[in-house]
Amino acid sequence: MKVAVIKYNAGNVQSVLYALERLGAEAVLTDDLEIITSADKVIFPGQGEASTAMKYLKEKHLDKLIPQLQQPFFGVCLGQQLLCEYSEENNTRCLGVFPVKVKRFIPENTEEFKVPHVGWNNLFDLKTPLLQGLDNESYVYYVHSYYCEISEFTIATTHYIHDFAGLMHWKNFYAMQAHPEKSGTVGEKILENFLKI
Amino acid sequence: MLTKRIIPCLDIKDGRTVKGVNFVQLRDAGDPVELAKIYSDEGADELVFLDITATVDKRKTLAELVTNIAKTINIPFTVGGGISTVEDVKVLLNSGADKISINSAAVKNPGIINEMAMEFGSQCIVVAIDTRNVDGIDFVHTHGGRIPTLVRTQQWAKEVCDRGAGEILLTSMDHDGTKAGFANEITAEISTMLSIPVIASGGAGNMEHFKDVFTFGRADAALAASIFHFKEIPIPNLKRYLREMEIPVRL
Repeated sequence: MKVAVIKYNAGNVQSVLYALERLGAEAVLTDDLEIITSADKVIFPGQGEASTAMKYLKEKHLDKLIPQLQQPFFGVCLGQQLLCEYSEENNTRCLGVFPVKVKRFIPENTEEFKVPHVGWNNLFDLKTPLLQGLDNESYVYYVHSYYCEISEFTIATTHYIHDFAGLMHWKNFYAMQAHPEKSGTVGEKILENFLKI
Repeated sequence: MLTKRIIPCLDIKDGRTVKGVNFVQLRDAGDPVELAKIYSDEGADELVFLDITATVDKRKTLAELVTNIAKTINIPFTVGGGISTVEDVKVLLNSGADKISINSAAVKNPGIINEMAMEFGSQCIVVAIDTRNVDGIDFVHTHGGRIPTLVRTQQWAKEVCDRGAGEILLTSMDHDGTKAGFANEITAEISTMLSIPVIASGGAGNMEHFKDVFTFGRADAALAASIFHFKEIPIPNLKRYLREMEIPVRL
């Protein structure tokens, strides 16, 4: 099985590659359209700023390719947000796979809620084979200031200030706001499940 | 619910852990990778590696170590110690570190915080602040807390937040090594003043100290070294205790 990890100007992609290596998957970091198209699985990692990332994806024609991919596809962190329609982060039009908006956390009480949302938080109402074998309330590691709204595509929710979409699914597209590669055994299980889809 | 984080800190010199580590299950007590794996398996939420290697040519050893840590553990980790340039940060992040921490270099050249945050994002820039109370006033200290500055700690904390730091690692030099508890007062002051998470450090001696720093100290995370290394407080016990005390922790 060949896993393509999409290369773009996102931080700490290395950790995703190491996590896949620990699971015994053969992963390649690439922005080559042909390699991505022919891969068995595609992972779209992320960390960074939405408009800069979209600009890079457009330059590489990845903005056209990604929504058309047929194989299991997994967007992580900024990768999840970029799969949405629109992000409030610098008013960015994204890839539009999920007709969902990405919004900024605005705490009513800044003493209680800090932004970014950093640390381990629970996943609730887990659905789909991607989350098979995980307990409700499993902890995953988050670092983000923007979140995807709850929608019909939400397959797990997390609560911070309010509920938001922890994971999403539509057809072959899966997405996760937290970092599976940094979420201990829970994250490892999610990646393992994804590789089995 | 977002949980409070427990963070063991490992001091590294020439790629090896330096402070005495008392782990019977360790085959090699000086191997940071093995120790990191144990902490990660025990339920540590993050790790901090503080490199105290003085010489520049040893930095390559650090990058290699970071790669090995990233390959082995599946929780986030921060690397600090002697980082002063954007290039230093790039090397460590590309090696697999999740965050880096800067301290003295930021005091000397505060603009570096903006530069690093712009280049890599605030989420991976931790600013470490060493503070000491002198006649009732809190002053920033540099070089491992040895050199005093005229900068007020509260003012500096606000400035680093404004410049784009993602988190603050606040070490009270008055409390560090005393095992008499964290500096709850200044931690609470800074944590409530700022919109970014504050990691409290210095003074952990028993489990109650952690409860106190999360309640009175309003810390988002607590860091300690020797009490974990010498197994005075096993992490699973600490977390069970905190949960009993109704502090949200990941178990």
